Amino acid sequence: MAEKTYLQAISDGLRQEMQRDERVFVLGEDVGVYGGAFKVTQGFQEEFGAHRVLDMPLSETAIVAGSTGAALMGMRPVAEMQFADFVSCAWDHLVTVAAKQRYRTGTPIPIVLRLPSGGGFSGGPFHSQNPESSFAHIPGLKVVCPATPEDAKGLLATSIEDPNPVLYFEHKHLYRRIKGEVPEDRYTTPFGKARVHREGEDVTVITWGAMVYTADEAAARLADEGVSVEVLDLRTLIPWDREAVLESVTRCSKALVLHEDTRTGGFGAEIAATIVEEAFEQLDAPVRRIAAPDAPVPFAPSLEKAYIPQVDDVAAALRDLAAY
Amino acid sequence: MSTGTQVEVVMPQMGVSVSEGTITRWLKQPGESVALDEPLLEISTDKVDTEVPSPGEGVLTEVRVQEGETVEVGTVLAVIGAAGTAPAEAPAPETPAAEETPQPEEAPQPEETPQPEPVAQTPSAPPEPVPASPPPAPAAPAPAAPAPPAPAPSVSPEGSGNGKTFISPVVARIAAEHGVDPGAVPGTGQGGRVTKKDILAYIESGAAAPPPAAAPPAPAPAPPAEAPAPPVAPEPAAAPTPQAAPAAAPPPVAPTPPAAPPPVAPAPPTPVQPPTPVVAAGAEFEEPMNAMRRGIAEHMRRSLDTSAHVTSAIEVDMSKVVAARERLKQEYQRAYGVNPTYLAFVTKAAVETLRDWPWVNGELRGEKIVTRSFVNVGIAVSLEEGKGLIVPVIRNAQDLNLLGLARAIADVAERARTKKLMPDDVQGGTFTITNPGGYGTFHGTPVISQPQAAILGTYALVKRPWVVQDELGQDVIAIRPMMNITLTYDHRLVDGAYSGGFLRDLRARLEGWDDGSA
Repeated sequence: MAEKTYLQAISDGLRQEMQRDERVFVLGEDVGVYGGAFKVTQGFQEEFGAHRVLDMPLSETAIVAGSTGAALMGMRPVAEMQFADFVSCAWDHLVTVAAKQRYRTGTPIPIVLRLPSGGGFSGGPFHSQNPESSFAHIPGLKVVCPATPEDAKGLLATSIEDPNPVLYFEHKHLYRRIKGEVPEDRYTTPFGKARVHREGEDVTVITWGAMVYTADEAAARLADEGVSVEVLDLRTLIPWDREAVLESVTRCSKALVLHEDTRTGGFGAEIAATIVEEAFEQLDAPVRRIAAPDAPVPFAPSLEKAYIPQVDDVAAALRDLAAY
Repeated sequence: MSTGTQVEVVMPQMGVSVSEGTITRWLKQPGESVALDEPLLEISTDKVDTEVPSPGEGVLTEVRVQEGETVEVGTVLAVIGAAGTAPAEAPAPETPAAEETPQPEEAPQPEETPQPEPVAQTPSAPPEPVPASPPPAPAAPAPAAPAPPAPAPSVSPEGSGNGKTFISPVVARIAAEHGVDPGAVPGTGQGGRVTKKDILAYIESGAAAPPPAAAPPAPAPAPPAEAPAPPVAPEPAAAPTPQAAPAAAPPPVAPTPPAAPPPVAPAPPTPVQPPTPVVAAGAEFEEPMNAMRRGIAEHMRRSLDTSAHVTSAIEVDMSKVVAARERLKQEYQRAYGVNPTYLAFVTKAAVETLRDWPWVNGELRGEKIVTRSFVNVGIAVSLEEGKGLIVPVIRNAQDLNLLGLARAIADVAERARTKKLMPDDVQGGTFTITNPGGYGTFHGTPVISQPQAAILGTYALVKRPWVVQDELGQDVIAIRPMMNITLTYDHRLVDGAYSGGFLRDLRARLEGWDDGSA
């Protein structure tokens, strides 16, 4: 196995799917000649031709609506939003049409939207959001948030195979920072199965995306203080692995839910509520949440750092929980 | 959270039709700390027996309603003050009292106010004229607000208020499963709180005595909490917590026989504390009524005050029913596992007869007479060896054949005796049948279940000499299985002739029984 960046894993996975299945094609803004804003599709047009790597006008509405139509006709489009933030332009087609088509008429809509998301590099309020909870709330959509290169490739393959619209959130801050072993051969990573990123027995952290690494760093600090922290990477939010969460909380009896998205109505609220509903008698402390404050992502680096949950914040909360 | 405020504990509404409840047991005494949602007392209503969780956290400062008393929904039962509050006018200072209230002064006083008020009766009390006994500690006991830092002898170094007393859900569960008093466990959590690790270590160390005899045995040897739980969701009601037990087990009726009580031994081994019988003078015993008794007492009195009770009786030759039962018994038992009782036959015949005499199945509702195209027949079931009674209802009995009725009667009787009836099972009856004949009684005048119009009584089936006609039309004396049946009716609605017609037709159905009518 070769070590690859998170970005390479996505790119390789996508290329493999296109080689394997004629129906798979990509479309988006600058994905063709330019190779994508983050170079995920670099060289794709040369390899697969312009008819399978479509440069689209600056209209997310057209991209998602076109994908929906192509999927209805039997294709497997993989659309790139240049930034996850801009998927809001396509809300109507995604939420009103694509998400409900299967319920209304029985026709599957196998589209994948690749959504470069997340902050940490002064992208400002339009280029740093983590809007996963908005879509997790819409029945009919699946929400995928890989944290490792291996999962990025495997979950992309599963997303393309899935007959439903899948929102594939790829965290920009992981693109080149995170490297890991990635199998060369094609494989799929199942939806709804959490991954234990770090084993522990005193406190469970439930998280996903880039926060997996924030949690892991905090957990490493706590380990030095004699507190054993388990880090659970959900990998997919819809569906999410309730069993794994409840199992871990049952063992540790203390839970911290961590996400980079804003707090109110964030997906962490759903997880916390489920823990309290299903595992109340297992709890030895209140369930804690750490999330971004209810504000747009600030541009100034110092403010952004104060905004996005940091290792210090998580470590402090873990300390509190351990001492409770 | 709710520091500095008082929280009132009120009698909860346990169902739409429940208007009052009886305190069966206080789980906390004045002066004891109580956590939010911690079980505070047990109550009994005519629908359900249950624990009442504390609506706030702090110290139980005042108990206004004593065990055994019955009050209306919404009545203030107790007051919970902020942590550190002294019990209202209680003589003892905060903490020592938490352990076990020194009894001598309070015990014999039956009244609500346990105060040795104006006259300082207490012999040993210091001669001070001040009502509150002087705290042993420093001086100047500012009675108003507890001085912030000093007087609270809190174990918690941080003084987080709920530290020592707050029991987390998982600790409560483990404590219940192992019969451990969390208060006995040394706590290492915030403010001295007992953590899951603390209680597990405590149990592992063997410090935990075997569950006291008073506690109901834990249903299953609880899985060691550290062991990975089953991979699936931990079922919310993981293990039936022992707290649930008191509700299931009928409060053991106190050892008071009605008449000439033999010197009762200290009561059989009962899992639950019986309501402590108060010994009155001589050989007379007092015990609080349970909710069912009170319900019966109230209903019987109200019914007699409402309806104009008249009872008519008729003698029924049950020869054909006996023969039919003999024929069907084996078949029903073998094929359906159901015993076709005489009660089932009588019920079947009565339900059919009601069709022609709808007022017997009716109701006086204000100025209106209500009649119905259905019969919801209540079956009186005795409980607790005759010390209780409940009337589950078989709905739409007109739709059931003999087999269906026999099965329904067996079902409700079984569920009544095993306390599995739901509130709906005892409501909506339109006519009731009671069957005291099993004891050999041959006549009775039962009381109508309000707001119904009548109740049917069935009595002992006995062989008696009976004048019948032989095939020549001659009178002869034969031995016949005879049953007396009474109809007690509300004469406001049903007149003697009407009830007589009903009884005559009922008798004709039973005497002319053929299996086609089953």
